[in-house]
Amino acid sequence: MSKEEQHLHTDSWQQLRQLTAARIGLGRAGTSLPTSELLKFQLAHAQAIDAVHSPLDREEILKQFAALQYHNTPLNPLCVHSEAQDRYVYLQRPDLGRKLNEASTYTLQQASDKEGYDLSVVIADGLSATAVMQQSVPFLTALLAELESSKPDWSLAPVTLVEQGRVAVGDDIAVALNAKMVVVLIGERPGLSSPDSLGVYLTWSPERGCDDARRNCISNVRPEGLAPDKAAKRCIHLLENARAKQLSGIGLKDRYGDDVLTDGTNDKVFLLTSKKN
Amino acid sequence: MAGYCYTLGQLNYRFKDLAEVMAKASPLRSGDQLAGVAAATAEERVVAQMVLADLPLKTFLNETVIPYEQDEVTRLIIDTHDAEAFAPVAHLTVGELRNWLLLESTDARILQDVCLGLTPEMVAAVSKIMRNQDLILVARKCEVITAFRNTIGVPGHFSTRLQPNHPTDDLNGIAASIFDGLMYGSGDAVIGINPATDDVAQTIKLLNMLDELISRYEIPTQSCVLTHVTNTIEAVERGAPVDLVFQSIGGTEITNKSFGVSLALLQEAREAALSLKRGSVGDNVMYFETGQGSALSANGHHGVDQQTCETRAYGLARALDPLLINTVVGFIGPEYLFDGKQIIRAGLEDHFCGKLLGLPMGCDICYTNHAQADQNDMDTLLTLLASARCQFIMGIPGSDDIMLNYQTTSFHDALYIRQLFGARPAPEFDTWLKQQKIFTESGNQLLADKLPGRFAAALSGAGGKL
Repeated sequence: MSKEEQHLHTDSWQQLRQLTAARIGLGRAGTSLPTSELLKFQLAHAQAIDAVHSPLDREEILKQFAALQYHNTPLNPLCVHSEAQDRYVYLQRPDLGRKLNEASTYTLQQASDKEGYDLSVVIADGLSATAVMQQSVPFLTALLAELESSKPDWSLAPVTLVEQGRVAVGDDIAVALNAKMVVVLIGERPGLSSPDSLGVYLTWSPERGCDDARRNCISNVRPEGLAPDKAAKRCIHLLENARAKQLSGIGLKDRYGDDVLTDGTNDKVFLLTSKKN
Repeated sequence: MAGYCYTLGQLNYRFKDLAEVMAKASPLRSGDQLAGVAAATAEERVVAQMVLADLPLKTFLNETVIPYEQDEVTRLIIDTHDAEAFAPVAHLTVGELRNWLLLESTDARILQDVCLGLTPEMVAAVSKIMRNQDLILVARKCEVITAFRNTIGVPGHFSTRLQPNHPTDDLNGIAASIFDGLMYGSGDAVIGINPATDDVAQTIKLLNMLDELISRYEIPTQSCVLTHVTNTIEAVERGAPVDLVFQSIGGTEITNKSFGVSLALLQEAREAALSLKRGSVGDNVMYFETGQGSALSANGHHGVDQQTCETRAYGLARALDPLLINTVVGFIGPEYLFDGKQIIRAGLEDHFCGKLLGLPMGCDICYTNHAQADQNDMDTLLTLLASARCQFIMGIPGSDDIMLNYQTTSFHDALYIRQLFGARPAPEFDTWLKQQKIFTESGNQLLADKLPGRFAAALSGAGGKL
């Protein structure tokens, strides 16, 4: 027994840690955190701060995207930038992160289609480029497969990769591309235990100044959270419903769970096993 | 309108309206700078505070910061103002109100009596000319007591919301965090889950689990799934066991529209929850969260500073008689509250303003990983708020919310406050903790050394899940 351990009370329910990544069963010194747990937390916080400031590796992500196709056509993503020129400005000026810069708007207008597209897919670094690097390809692969088998066909605008972007930058992009709906894949703000979590936001009929009540969100897309293929199934379900009802957000209830998520009844919860205790 | 003028030496300062005086008098914060409403210089800020201090409180009844015709929160504030309650302070200026609040003779009862006579704008105004110690001293005098299955806010008591979030809403994952929290004496304000996805079926599933847990272990507390109010209304319609209705709210009509709510919708939700009659010692059925910066974030601030908008949200909450309301003070990010210093000041202001308006004010003492803040800042705010008799804080395993990706106070943090101030949980919950032998009454020790029998049994029953 180390010197530190002599003054500790250990929690006898540490086995429950197998059920969650939450910091349970930490034990205590008096009623306070043990030294080892205090330092583990400090380390995780330091790593999360570093994740916020790590830049998007554009070349690497384009290399990964090269393998992706939609109806046998390569995606050839377009790279654009918000009005926030760097991370420092991005953190202080969310309004700039929501707007596409002028040069990018011009680029996208050139790629727009008179007839319009059904859907624009946007990938934004958000607050974790790490998340985009790790989750966007698996999620997009699954989503493209779902889109290919969805009827009627979806016409897809050129996929767009945006740096220093917030969710609403997708509205500007969809307008520039003339798309009816936008899906934004964005790095969520890093948590202590999850510096790599992707968020997915859907907006029907996007326009600048859309309020958030008009969006639907799927969060925590990462292998330890909502797996990319499950997230893609939820996403196509929302997309199809949004297209059918011509709306998104509060008015489009996420009923995916009503049919599919039937697991997990109370008698399977350890605190509520049928045996009275 | 002539505006408001002040001459300082050779310089003439002029503020075009009440909103500008309020905004410029606000202690420095990044959100007001982002909105372009902050004072341009340190001197201008203090001049605005001097102008504000000289304004008669009656000004706020004659001049609104957001037009009556345009905003339902303004209409609510003006239409429900109680002139009789206002009478004892009606002759005061904002500066004189500060002095009056600080009088030793101005006690809990007097503050309760005047409460409905004060508008959110009056309260926000006086907070802007109060130092941190003033905010603490006056908030400490305010007594706000609410009840559902236990009683929150009794002096000498300090409550916690057990927040057992899980990234995929896994029932056993959530149950594991609840177990951890209960063993640390947390969960008397509410056991409240933020679901990973806004989904009616999931909400009902979680509500059913919490309901069975609370009744199986006879825990004198209430549950809540923090989903959109329309989901909760639908859950009530489908027969789900809803204790509290949750909603995020803001201080302007546009902000609330961006949240997909209105006063009428909130009233409808409250009626739905009341119809279930699930409270045993009281019928406060609403739970609100707020936070400075939401109005700017929704493009709905009308040039009004974020702290005044926040206080207007309390004006809305007051009409719905909540069990709990808390500001989520550092959640929104550095563009609104840049660092630990700004977060601490905002936390104290929000708590003071809510309490003075008669609300059961708690605080989610928190920060995100992109803000210039750390655990030490949270310790400071926690200690200050506890000394101001904040009603409740969050309790989460090891301060780390693995679903919402931010850091808030932990089960350990609440026990720190219990040691420091001798503050007990809500009386009914405290009794339960002692009956269950989670809390001990031997010597200096708060927590029992041994895991109580029925929880040890539940743990052994967990074998099959692991």
